[in-house]
Amino acid sequence: MTFVHHFLDRALDRFPDKPAVISGNRHYSYRDISERATRIASALQRAGVVRGDRVAILLDNGVEAVAAIFGIMRAGGVFMVINPQTKKDKLAYVLENSGAAALISAHPFATVYESAVAQSPACHTVLVAGQADDHDKDGKQYRSLERIFADMEAPLSDPGTIDYDLASLIYTSGSTGKPKGVMLSHINMFTAANSIATYLGLNSDDRIVCALPLAFDYGLYQVLLAFNVGATVLLEKSFAFPVKVLDLMVRERVTVLPGIPTIFTMLLNLETLPGYDLSALRLITNTAMALPVTQIADLRRTFPQARLFSMYGLTECKRVSYLPPEQLDSRPTSVGRGMPNEEVWLVDEQGRRLPNGSTGELVIRGSNVMRGYWRDPVNTAERLKPGPLPGEVVLYSGDIFRSDDEGYLYFVGRRDDLIKSRGQRVSPREIEDALYLMPQILEAAVVGVPDTLLGQAIKAFVAVRAGQTCTPRQILAHCRELLEDHMVPREVIIMDSLPKTESGKIRKTGLADLPQP
Amino acid sequence: MSDIRQQLRSYIEENFIVSASASLTDSDSLLDKGVVDSTGFIELITYLEERFAIEVRDDEMIPENLDSIDNLTTYVDRKLQAAATA
Repeated sequence: MTFVHHFLDRALDRFPDKPAVISGNRHYSYRDISERATRIASALQRAGVVRGDRVAILLDNGVEAVAAIFGIMRAGGVFMVINPQTKKDKLAYVLENSGAAALISAHPFATVYESAVAQSPACHTVLVAGQADDHDKDGKQYRSLERIFADMEAPLSDPGTIDYDLASLIYTSGSTGKPKGVMLSHINMFTAANSIATYLGLNSDDRIVCALPLAFDYGLYQVLLAFNVGATVLLEKSFAFPVKVLDLMVRERVTVLPGIPTIFTMLLNLETLPGYDLSALRLITNTAMALPVTQIADLRRTFPQARLFSMYGLTECKRVSYLPPEQLDSRPTSVGRGMPNEEVWLVDEQGRRLPNGSTGELVIRGSNVMRGYWRDPVNTAERLKPGPLPGEVVLYSGDIFRSDDEGYLYFVGRRDDLIKSRGQRVSPREIEDALYLMPQILEAAVVGVPDTLLGQAIKAFVAVRAGQTCTPRQILAHCRELLEDHMVPREVIIMDSLPKTESGKIRKTGLADLPQP
Repeated sequence: MSDIRQQLRSYIEENFIVSASASLTDSDSLLDKGVVDSTGFIELITYLEERFAIEVRDDEMIPENLDSIDNLTTYVDRKLQAAATA
């Protein structure tokens, strides 16, 4: 069966007592995870969650988040992992937009979720870790996750899921400002995880460390990949303290390190790095932002025992391409070619397929391609267009690539103005919308500027209304109230007025290069 | 030591923008409270090294030393004492 939650069932059959998740120094076996997942599933079903219902997860990386992901699928639901830094207004938007029936969170997030849940008519149930008692509030049921885990295992009714059903909605930044829910079916995620595990050569002895948030699909797939092959995933809340992660990697003999250039920069800056025994490390993967050639060389010199995979992808199809490590010497700046069980090509402005050696928009065809954006036919039609066979659609990535004679891909740029900061796509519109909510702000424009650590740093330019004053600090404080960390501008520049085009729109081109007041 | 504590709090409040809704106590985790993010600790370490003329060694970059105003105060004080007696 091609269900994502069968990764857990299969691993449970093969390795019931093996550590599936290591988190906070505790080991959780596949049996532990399965028991927690079943209890969550049955609690959701008792609360009225049925096949196809969306269920959100607002939790730090940890065992509860993993059990929630699989529990929601076992109940027939569609899981949505929300970044734990999300603020209440955005959470309210995501709950409302998705029509989520339930939320799984933890007591420290109560100030974020209580008002958001109260505003969401469809959301009737909240399962809360770290809450001792069950209670009802504003017509919603709040249930203690610890009590659910302590309950007798209740029977689960078969929700009747088929692999064509949605497994997950992943909210991602869109150029229109509002985040869009990428609809991924079981078959989408199942085949993507299989293709990736195949080309990486993952096996059940692997121990994968994940300090990336599970709301980021690159983080989420570390769990799915580990479960797919019956390996072990080590979850860390963040990479803020690199030596803590290194201690863990040494102690648990980690074999796979998935990272982004920001993480690799932090690691390589440690003078004591050579003192850590990372001899078990056999794979390093990079995606989300291209690795600078110097960093590729530094990583290979520092970790000669590990194979380094440069990869490229987008949430809408998970992964697109990977560069086989043996090609790094001859094509260091390439992100490789399409992964197994997928076809990719470049098209010109008219959508005509281009031969190798051209530059054009990358198109992806395969069962990993999303089913569209949730309740958003307009944006869906822009990305999913008719493919070669009758009735099928293919994904237009919006990314411009160049290919060489053998079809290896080289990133050129994006068709829209999305910013990539810390490997995550950020919509300038979403930040500008947040800025305009500040009454003093008359005009706002947000651009990405090159940054060695972040890839691109977010820079905001604003003009203040006549007779009003505000400082960059106040503006940043305002942004912090509304946006996740990776979306808060690094710098705010206040100008008398922003440059305009002839039609009176704000001109962003060249904005970052203007002499600053 | 109260002087160190005050300097650290001022620096954090000015540079990391403690949001109005999150009142930061001296024992709060800067990371969990969303005040300092993973790359923000790099800036914080640079500040400590410049302001207090101490060297933050790699193995000292741990939450026990850096992840609250209490922990930072104790850590900086210990480093300064060690430097004074060296």
